[in-house]
Amino acid sequence: MGNKSGSFFKEKVLLGKSWGEYISGLLTPWNLVAGIIIIFGLYAIIYRLLFGLGPATNLSDEYPWGIWIAFDILVGIALAAPGLAVATSIHLFGFKDYHSFARPAVLSSLVGYVFAVTALLFDLGRYYRVYYPIIWSWGLTSVLFLIGWHFFLYIIISIVEWLPAFFEWTGLRKAQEIFSKLAIWATALGVIIAGGHQSALGALFLIVPEKLHPLWYSPLLPLFFLVSALFGGVAIVTIESSISHRAFEEYIPHEEHEVFPQKLLGLAKAMYILLILYLLLKILDLIHYHKVVYLLSPYGYWYLVETIGFVVLPILILANVIKYKWSKLVPFIGVWVALGVILNRFNVCLIAYKWYIPLSQKYYPSWMEVALSLCMVVFIIITTRFMLRRLPILPRKKEA
Amino acid sequence: MKLNRREFLSKVLKLGGVLSLSKSEIVSIKFTENTANERNWKLYEKRKEEGKEAPLEDSYAVLVDLTRCIGCRRCEWACNEWNKNPNQPIEEFEKSRFQKPSVFDKIRRTHAGNFTVVNRFYDSEGKPVYVKKQCMHCLEPSCASACFVEAFVRTPEGPVLYNPSVCVGCRYCMVACPFDIPAYEYYDAFAPQVTKCTFCFDRITEGKKPACVTICSANALIFGKRKELIRLAHKIIEDNPDKYVPYVYGEHDFGGTSWLYISNVPFEKLGFPVGFKEAPRRYTENYLFAIKVLEILAAPPLVYLAYKALKEHEYEKDHE
Repeated sequence: MGNKSGSFFKEKVLLGKSWGEYISGLLTPWNLVAGIIIIFGLYAIIYRLLFGLGPATNLSDEYPWGIWIAFDILVGIALAAPGLAVATSIHLFGFKDYHSFARPAVLSSLVGYVFAVTALLFDLGRYYRVYYPIIWSWGLTSVLFLIGWHFFLYIIISIVEWLPAFFEWTGLRKAQEIFSKLAIWATALGVIIAGGHQSALGALFLIVPEKLHPLWYSPLLPLFFLVSALFGGVAIVTIESSISHRAFEEYIPHEEHEVFPQKLLGLAKAMYILLILYLLLKILDLIHYHKVVYLLSPYGYWYLVETIGFVVLPILILANVIKYKWSKLVPFIGVWVALGVILNRFNVCLIAYKWYIPLSQKYYPSWMEVALSLCMVVFIIITTRFMLRRLPILPRKKEA
Repeated sequence: MKLNRREFLSKVLKLGGVLSLSKSEIVSIKFTENTANERNWKLYEKRKEEGKEAPLEDSYAVLVDLTRCIGCRRCEWACNEWNKNPNQPIEEFEKSRFQKPSVFDKIRRTHAGNFTVVNRFYDSEGKPVYVKKQCMHCLEPSCASACFVEAFVRTPEGPVLYNPSVCVGCRYCMVACPFDIPAYEYYDAFAPQVTKCTFCFDRITEGKKPACVTICSANALIFGKRKELIRLAHKIIEDNPDKYVPYVYGEHDFGGTSWLYISNVPFEKLGFPVGFKEAPRRYTENYLFAIKVLEILAAPPLVYLAYKALKEHEYEKDHE
């Protein structure tokens, strides 16, 4: 028995190599960079735990939220929306052509959420009480309460959606079949839960009309956050699938490679439609609330950089990409759109927040805050790669 | 020898090379040993248990007449003294209005273990106007609405109190507060808490005035019932129309506050957020209601789609 599980471990986890071979195989330049980032990140974590938020971060009474919220949570969760955007379309709306995208999308959501919440722990003054809102102290009027619960539920949902791949890997067919069915129910519930908290992240700022610049403050904030999470999620799918199709080229069946450009164009169309929807909502917001007057000010120009540079321009280019079938450009526009989501979240949470205080007094992150955030990104990449290499997530050639 | 908490923390911070980086004046912010919030919360719970939380006809309030404040900062001293926060001799506070440079040169805010500050502004003739800042004790507090563990409560007496024993430290209350009042013990690595003015709940429930009101000899702070003070404020303005701007700050702002201000200088020039009548918690609470309605409405179509997908799943399996 021990021998059998030992060989299972060697075959499945070490990919048929011995420990020595496996470890020496890890010594690549990129892994070295990743290793250095992790060392700095772990140092930041230990320092924060021993000496507190004050010494480790640039947070202050004026800026209680820094990049651990803006980047790790607001950006991290928005860009971890592939599970919501893609898995739902495939499982519930019957876009069966995209079936090969479902498992990678679920994986990116699961990994994204787990590490976003991990990063959040270090931001909480009393991280050891993180379960309080779940167990006994219910602040029912709080948007953050809804977010806490929805994160908790959505991680469970993502695990259920991921388990069929896991059980296929371990060879437990019976469990795989049970969870394949459960995963469909989980996906349906996931729409409610993920839609709920994606919009709630925007709703967090509804309570600060006096602090957020009027160009960014809007009763539509929840909808803006939800729609931008959807195109952000699709953008991540274009990036992630392009990278994995290249990195795992030899494993993926030939016919998958042939249809892949077509699929990318399909994703480009989805981004295109969602971006136009978002732009229309933005224009409505601008006109309905008489905000055009704010455009001729430094913050107004900055707003135009965000909206024209990262919404209008991608729309124009996507129109051509779709028309002329430039599928190779799609992942690059994916990066562009994802950067737009990052910029938007930074604007709402940090830059346009307390816009009235001079730039010199504004918050900027300490190196330890940056290190911890980068460390979480590295963890996301490493974990994703680890699973893609082992679990049946990408379409694979049938073994002879 | 047993180390007390402050000594222990300072040792830990020295280990991390933190203290050497800091100026001695902000050390008080780092080790506040604030217990006032916890004490008042326990008192609130005790009174609730004993059934003393009798419904009041009207809550307590303070009317601040900014034209009378002389900037002696004794209220800051009295606040620290009563709440056992880090303090200095009273003379240090009294002399700052004559000093150059002085603490008034910078606009200050509340910090950990520092519940109230007085700031100096100038009117159009260049005469100083002193503005005391502390928790406004909103009638519909944003902090209480924002808190996801219900660590804030507005008592029937008026004070908004904070309960450190459930606080997780997310600091959303600090984001949400329109007056930037709650402050955080960022330098406490193990059990940091939010600190804020308690409206001297432990004094007013005993029939006394808040510590800052008691010490004010300039008659700038008037303690009483909210409705009466609003009436008084309007009367003062009516009787002296040339002296005051015709506005009682806090009567309606952000849904109404327990601390009310009248002034000879427009409030937007004194650092007050103006133009917000509605309590911001309405926006988030409306959202929460709307999202729940949408979630309920979305459920039936999603169940239908999932059911259909399952049927297809089984059909495909049978025909493999």
